[in-house]
Amino acid sequence: MAEPVLNIEADPPDALRTTPLDALHRRLGARMVPFAGYSLPVQYGPGVLAEHLHTRSSASLFDVSHMGQFTLSGDGAAAALESLTPGDFQALAPGRQRYTLLLNDIGGILDDLMVANYGDRLMIVVNASRKDADAHHIAQGLPPGLSFDQHPDRALLALQGPAAAGVMERLCPAAAALPFMGVTEAPVGGIAAWISRSGYTGEDGFEISVLATEAEALATHLLAEPGVLPAGLGARDSLRLEAGLCLYGTDIDELTTPVEADLAWTVGKRRRAEGGFAGATVVLDQLKTGPHRLRVGLRPTGKAPARAKTPIVSTDGTAAGDVTSGGFSPTLGAPIAMGYVRRDVSAPGTELQLLVRENILPAQVVPLPFVPHRFVKA
Amino acid sequence: MTETRYTKDHEWVRLDGAVATVGVTDHAQEALGDVVFVELPKPGREVADGEACAVVESVKAASDVYAPLAGRVTETNEAVVDDPALVNRAAHGDGWFFRMELTDPAGFAALMDEAAYKALVDSL
Repeated sequence: MAEPVLNIEADPPDALRTTPLDALHRRLGARMVPFAGYSLPVQYGPGVLAEHLHTRSSASLFDVSHMGQFTLSGDGAAAALESLTPGDFQALAPGRQRYTLLLNDIGGILDDLMVANYGDRLMIVVNASRKDADAHHIAQGLPPGLSFDQHPDRALLALQGPAAAGVMERLCPAAAALPFMGVTEAPVGGIAAWISRSGYTGEDGFEISVLATEAEALATHLLAEPGVLPAGLGARDSLRLEAGLCLYGTDIDELTTPVEADLAWTVGKRRRAEGGFAGATVVLDQLKTGPHRLRVGLRPTGKAPARAKTPIVSTDGTAAGDVTSGGFSPTLGAPIAMGYVRRDVSAPGTELQLLVRENILPAQVVPLPFVPHRFVKA
Repeated sequence: MTETRYTKDHEWVRLDGAVATVGVTDHAQEALGDVVFVELPKPGREVADGEACAVVESVKAASDVYAPLAGRVTETNEAVVDDPALVNRAAHGDGWFFRMELTDPAGFAALMDEAAYKALVDSL
């Protein structure tokens, strides 16, 4: 057996940071792994497959406290954010959240993030691996007079799955009344929280930000609710892949643009007309002329998963692209993958080939997501 | 009589005459998690000592399985191809991967015995 087994098994070195739920994870029997500089649970006793399926059928609690939480406030905060991202934040109403991208000057993606309008402040949630770089990048790009803060004193918990709404009806009716991508500030089981109705699984769910000192009390509350079980990073990854959602550093990075990543919908209508954001020249040009390559879904025929970096070849034998995320879909019971392919072979239904070890595996381009989203309807 | 020995790569090898049966250990299946795919070598393939010749994949990751010694693959276990979870349920039994005829059966004695392998696992 090859190295990954040993890597999975190895105890994380002491230098890793821990989340406020570290002791709880260990009590719950989690297998901890290093991820983005943190020691985090990859799975609990039941394993990735069971945790994945439980999220789709009931509800799972994920510790995502490693993610960066920032706030930005002051006159002109939304306009300032617009110089760094292609989103229309001046039109983001209080109580609403939007997915967006931090772009560099050539339209490459520095990070993907959520921005929520809490009335008196914008809350920004970024990837753990990009936290420090993002904070620096945002701070550098702001005009004077705005207040920009990081919140390392806060934890973030995600409750995901069809049973999540029922749990919140009992613990926080204000959250249960939120529409998809709505946000509110309200106590959950008596604990003050910033809540958004969103997630990274394709299911209905909530992301709940609380003070680190109250994180364990909240987690214990949520886990005591019927149908709620803890789930780790393993299930989080297979769930987001089924939902066709990008993982930063894997599916998108500084060398991919929003248009290539099939995230052109994040470029607001007004922003397309006006420009004025980092990378606008490249992004607006690609919107007009089309990108050379595009992120697509792939369904391999047969049972072999095609992992990241698998070469994709078109049926005429020419190089077509590479897989960026691939694995086994527990919901479909079959392999699924995402990757970038040449635009001329990117249409759903196109037959392609995957070079997995010495095998040539047929695959078909399919629309994303692989498993339909089940977000709450307005 | 048969004897089971182990490799540092968490495979078990059971020798019966000159034929060795190879599988992954219980420790390995536990570390891998839910096995969802197994690829086996073609019978007749000549393999070198330590050559990657099979693949086992869980939801999380893919791992190579190596030939524990040099020889020729004689038989594969199609049951684990059809039902990969068999590796989790019976790693040391019905979840075996392949059988091979060893070029030098004497090399088997150089593999770890059960006590040495247990010490290795305990040290991880």
